[in-house]
Amino acid sequence: MLRTALLVAGKDLRIEWRSKVGMVQVLPFAMAVLVLFAFALDGNRSTLRDVTPGLAWIAMLLSLLLGVQRAFGPETVDGALDALRLSGLEPAGVFLGKAAALAAQLLALGTLLGIGVALFYGPDAPGVGGWVVLVTTVVVATTGLAAVGTIYGALSAGIRVRDTLLPILVLPVVMPVLIAATRAVEASLGIRAELTDAWPWVGLLAVFTLAYTALGLLAFGPLLEET
Amino acid sequence: MEAVVDLHDAVVLLGRFPALAGVTVTIGAGELVVLRGPNGAGKTTLLRLCAGLLPRVRGTATVLGVDTEHGARALARRVGLLGHRNGLYEDLTARENLRFWGRAIGASRAEQDAALAALGIEGRLAEVAVGRLSAGQRRRTALAALAARRPELWLLDEPHTGLDTDGRDRLDGLLRAAVVAGATVVLASHDLDRVAALATRTLTLVGGRVVGDELASVSPVEGGDQC
Repeated sequence: MLRTALLVAGKDLRIEWRSKVGMVQVLPFAMAVLVLFAFALDGNRSTLRDVTPGLAWIAMLLSLLLGVQRAFGPETVDGALDALRLSGLEPAGVFLGKAAALAAQLLALGTLLGIGVALFYGPDAPGVGGWVVLVTTVVVATTGLAAVGTIYGALSAGIRVRDTLLPILVLPVVMPVLIAATRAVEASLGIRAELTDAWPWVGLLAVFTLAYTALGLLAFGPLLEET
Repeated sequence: MEAVVDLHDAVVLLGRFPALAGVTVTIGAGELVVLRGPNGAGKTTLLRLCAGLLPRVRGTATVLGVDTEHGARALARRVGLLGHRNGLYEDLTARENLRFWGRAIGASRAEQDAALAALGIEGRLAEVAVGRLSAGQRRRTALAALAARRPELWLLDEPHTGLDTDGRDRLDGLLRAAVVAGATVVLASHDLDRVAALATRTLTLVGGRVVGDELASVSPVEGGDQC
């Protein structure tokens, strides 16, 4: 399974590296979302600082949709999905590989978004404990988002209206991530909460991530067959 | 002769339309069977049923001793399908595509390179992104990926489409060599003049039913060039 995951993740990341869609489309889109929020909130720096975590995660969720579409686009554009089904690759390995590649792209995007947030919204820098919470939250949450995105990306891959269907399927499901990740990051930055308040939210994110990873490992085979 | 494909009264619905309306046919090992018939006759559906990619609603369908209801994964690595689409990743080079599909099915690098060379994708051409290749060169790359699998059953849907004369000759040689090596080939084609020289048997489909079944009077496989 690990060998399959590495093979698929390597292929997906190589395709992304070649196409540069993440760099030239998804990142500018996410940055534009941040800037638009800044304009909408009238540039009030204290307000911006307070809402920073939520806005950053909304930008991440919207970028996730583009990332998922991008992850499954190459599988559908020339019929590679059929070849994948006939390749004999373990579906659980394919799921892990695609989710890992998506998570890696989201982590890179999250890092760059964080820099953008610091520039646009100017939140106070966290302490060491805050950094630990912040990094843990981002890693766990993006992994969970990648797991959900991979499941629903496969589910919608063979559907003609997938581009419009995907947000309807994914956004309600990732609401717990939006809430928990926002609260955890707020606590890491000392916004309306103490640092210790963050860990229950991180725990919730971990449960969410484990649950959807397990679901993906079990369900990806039937999903691929039915797509 | 051992049955490689054994369909009995197989019915496949596409939506509510019976794309196969009760097909009964047995294809033995080492046959090179051409499917002919007008558009919508059910040729593509028959090929996809044999690959385990479509469910049937009635009858039986066994391929290489496996019930097709078990899905494509049950037939993986033993069956190779080339449909209307090529199943390639456009952002990867021809060689990278072969590397991915080759590693997926356990073909060695030597087998992958030999398959590319057999289809005339060599040198710098193999290092060009598939999305920048001509339609014929993409088809050659897809055929190379299929050949590297060395499947027991080749399922080809209009494989000559887009190929120039040299490409068609190379494909014909490849198919003859596969049959001599013990594989079975089923191909759908409208290019009847060319495939008549290849076929050991011709099935005619109309309206989702087999209405004609002719054996070649001589063995074209033994008379042709080897690849």
